[in-house]
Amino acid sequence: MSESLPDTTQVGGTPNVPRDPAASPDDRGPVATMARPTGVDPVEGSVLYADHITIRFGGLVAVDDVSFSIPPKSVVSLIGPNGAGKTTFFNVLTGLYKPSEGTVFLNGKDITPIKPHVRASMGLARTFQNIRLFNLMTAEENVMVAMHSHLKSGVFSTIVRTPGQRREEREARDTARELLEYVGIGKSEGELARNLSYGDQRRLEIARAMALQPKILLLDEPTAGMNPQESAAFNDFVYRVRDEKGISVLLIEHDMAVIMKISERITVLDRGTMIAEGTPDDIRNNQTVIEAYLGKTGTREGKRQKP
Amino acid sequence: MSTAAAGRGPARTWQHFKWPIGYVVVIFLLFFLYYAILPNLVKGVSGPISQWLPVSTINECLMWAIMALGLNVVVGYAGLLDLGYVAFWALGGYTAGWLMAYPFNWVWNFHLISPVPPKAPGTHINFWLVIIIAGCLCAILGVIIGAPTLRLRGDYLALVTLGFGEVITQFFKNSNNVAGKNVAGGDPGISSIDPIGTGPLGAAGIAPKLLTNSPAGNTWKILVLGFLVAICIFVSLRIREGRLGRAWLAIREDELAASMMGVPLVRTKLLAYAVGAFFGGIGGVANASGITTAVSPSGFDFGKSVLVLLMVVLGGMGNVWGVTIGAFLLSWLNSAGLKQIGVQIDQIAGTRLEAVLPRYNYIILGLLLVLMMLFRREGLIPEARTKALMNIPSRTEAESLGAESLEVEAETEAVEHADAAADARILASVAAVNPVLEQAPTRKEEEP
Repeated sequence: MSESLPDTTQVGGTPNVPRDPAASPDDRGPVATMARPTGVDPVEGSVLYADHITIRFGGLVAVDDVSFSIPPKSVVSLIGPNGAGKTTFFNVLTGLYKPSEGTVFLNGKDITPIKPHVRASMGLARTFQNIRLFNLMTAEENVMVAMHSHLKSGVFSTIVRTPGQRREEREARDTARELLEYVGIGKSEGELARNLSYGDQRRLEIARAMALQPKILLLDEPTAGMNPQESAAFNDFVYRVRDEKGISVLLIEHDMAVIMKISERITVLDRGTMIAEGTPDDIRNNQTVIEAYLGKTGTREGKRQKP
Repeated sequence: MSTAAAGRGPARTWQHFKWPIGYVVVIFLLFFLYYAILPNLVKGVSGPISQWLPVSTINECLMWAIMALGLNVVVGYAGLLDLGYVAFWALGGYTAGWLMAYPFNWVWNFHLISPVPPKAPGTHINFWLVIIIAGCLCAILGVIIGAPTLRLRGDYLALVTLGFGEVITQFFKNSNNVAGKNVAGGDPGISSIDPIGTGPLGAAGIAPKLLTNSPAGNTWKILVLGFLVAICIFVSLRIREGRLGRAWLAIREDELAASMMGVPLVRTKLLAYAVGAFFGGIGGVANASGITTAVSPSGFDFGKSVLVLLMVVLGGMGNVWGVTIGAFLLSWLNSAGLKQIGVQIDQIAGTRLEAVLPRYNYIILGLLLVLMMLFRREGLIPEARTKALMNIPSRTEAESLGAESLEVEAETEAVEHADAAADARILASVAAVNPVLEQAPTRKEEEP
């Protein structure tokens, strides 16, 4: 709790407005809509477009009618207080959950019924909040696993080791090394993933995701556990990925300093509904966000400080 | 890591071929031991050798090695616990029964490159062809069993495979009346399956034409079965170094992450199952044709599945050579070792363990497993990766335990020591010049 406080004050720029504790969640004001003044069809114009997604777990509505788009070559983020449904929404995008209602489009194609591994090979790559590397494999092998869907050799060509298979392996290895070099851990190619330092493990996860040749990189709290210098370097890295590789990046983050600096557009979720969407400046000054996201904290803190 | 190796992947040195060469040497040594050396030795020397290591035991060891290597692909490589592996062994054996024998009520005669006399009734197909057919049949059965079950994880998968193992055995037990037809002989099974033929070697008079359970036949079987094991080892080693092997490892490590990285889980697991089943089919044919010359449902009990799993676990899951040695060791114990150990103890202590020890083999093997789990969990010859897991804590673990601070401590200590040594040297040189200064440090030491 105390750790999240500095973040929250940074965002608003305004002091925490004490909120009437009796106010019901209903009067948070009108929900900002996704309608963008671009006039482009969101399905065609976005790399990823989630159309009116609803997910229910039994009676609980985890995500309620959220629409969300990621334009090509953009850096967007998804924020919200704990339990807002960010990760659930994320899991709908990657295919771990099936939405109760709604559709997900990747490059204008409906991918709602498609399995996670197929989505991955279609260009939807992700990293994990709590690092999930293949610990007993080397850094290089970790990256090469992600190339699985782009490689072709089968059982027989592997056993016989045909020239084609050998060439493919060689090229895959070279690509893997390039990627490791790209994220800055080229020296550790032969290290087991578990022996890498925490920061390098995060880098390796990104290298692994990039081996899928993704169109979108979904990063789930990528700067967790990083110090300020590292997260600053991370900002540059994200833009480098975007500009050099032409990959769109979607971030889920808690670190507001990172979010505000890095994102071109921000979507705010609260209790499963989208309460705001816009540029960092919009979000910074959005009263609904401040109330829902920061105000509550302030109210609680205020209450606690009463003698 | 060096630039020379950069393009080709892992560097291949002679070290890389140490084990394969060793294996070939051992097989040929065993063959020559029984082919040329043993018959010429005096009884006093050859007796103990053929008691401790009878040639039939060597063949059994080799046959079990095929099985263990097959299960290793499923359990060791892909990390799928399979408790019903005996199903593939049984199907392989019965394929041999169908295609290499004159079973029950067969009505047609069919010969295909078979070493048995052409007039013999029944179906007689060449051993090597049957091996391929049985392997393919088992792979198909593996896919059929796997398709619905491989969606399950961990314990659930183990239970379902256990069930399938039993189902197959029960099917063969009741196979004398499948919709009114006798399919596989029921309880007595199919007997007198053709022995392995030697083809050109037999025609040239070098080897016996048929490798029956005679001493000469058993000796030559070492080479045949040894060759089959070599193929299994070769395939196991090759298949793990590539796209598929990596995908299996990844699934073993973290299924969710693997699927998120584009690895199709069910398909990849099915392939592991199919390859393992293929080996199981080879093992089944080798067993039916080379060792028992008969198949019956009672031979394919759950205990056999456990035995193969024990071989894999004791040998070192995932390590081809460890698994091979584990298979040799356990099947030797099972077949000759326990009995001979009993005989030795009887001679010393006057007990009657000779017959008891082999009967209690599962108790003893179980005890062995418990001891292994206590003292060497990773197996006899573990896979390099597993060894790292067992012995060295991961970096994040170590750091959370404060290894970094320990390192720093060690460093500062080293620096201090170096300083102290340097101080002493300086002091000594100064003292040589000025004897008065010498007293300063000693006085300082006395002060506190």
